[in-house]
Amino acid sequence: MMLIDCPNCGPRNETEFKFGGQAHVAYPADPHALSDKEWAQFLFYRKNPKGINAERWVHAMGCRKWFNALRDTVTYEFKAIYRAGEERPALQSTDGGTR
Amino acid sequence: MAKHSVIESTTELRRSPAAHLDQLMAAATVTGQRAVALREIAFSTQISLRAVPGSAGHQALAQATGVGLPQQVGQVSGDVSGTAVLWLGPDEFSVFNAAGEDLSPTLEAALAEHEGQVTDLSANRTVLELTGQAASLVLRKSCPADLHPRSFAVNQAITTTLANVPILLWRTTENGWYLMPRASFTEHVVHWLVDAMNEFASEPVI
Ligand SMILES: [Zn+2]
Repeated sequence: MMLIDCPNCGPRNETEFKFGGQAHVAYPADPHALSDKEWAQFLFYRKNPKGINAERWVHAMGCRKWFNALRDTVTYEFKAIYRAGEERPALQSTDGGTR
Repeated sequence: MAKHSVIESTTELRRSPAAHLDQLMAAATVTGQRAVALREIAFSTQISLRAVPGSAGHQALAQATGVGLPQQVGQVSGDVSGTAVLWLGPDEFSVFNAAGEDLSPTLEAALAEHEGQVTDLSANRTVLELTGQAASLVLRKSCPADLHPRSFAVNQAITTTLANVPILLWRTTENGWYLMPRASFTEHVVHWLVDAMNEFASEPVI
């Protein structure tokens, strides 16, 4: 069982968490100015990188708070965890981060 | 004019979520070396508080509870003998009073117009008490949290899962736990516990 380090609760089993998709998808400043194609891009199109991905997670069975994480999609390892609203951190190293 | 009969109090009409499981729980009691027992603590007061730390509302509520507000995961302000406040999240707390004291008026008055929330959720969760030498072993059959005293001390509480449903788990004594699932999960959790307790009635197979 993988442990995920909730910023509020500390390390807990992955079964207590839910995945919330790509992080840092900003709501358009003026949605009315968007074409249908651009609106669809905002709503449905997400990155699918092989490697480090910035993602939103929620501690659904715990404090119920959202946070962001950098996760390696190849190994599933969590490389960094940071609070919602914080800048994506620069990764010092891509060596293990999951406890 | 005919005199109307008035129900003076609705207290006698109340039915707790595990009342009908009373006999089942009592019959599941295990005594001896690997003792474990389960019962319901009915009609406690449970009030949800929402307030952001550092805000005026948080300060007012912390004063009004009489025991403050817990500041981080696991912490409980006060204890099970009187009023206790459990930490559910950075800005969410659960006030608990086993005697069923009505604490809402005091808390609501304290919060007044400040930003925050006081909601009576006394009927929201069932309170089950699991006690005995083997109580932790029963929980460990399903609960993913680290229950070792080293990381889960007496009078600490966390939100976690048991039998795949969310519960509030509170260690009230060394061998005693309060389990608080939502009321609609009562049947499921009690039956799971009764089943889990059964093996402790026989000698361990080594
Ligand atoms: Zn958490």
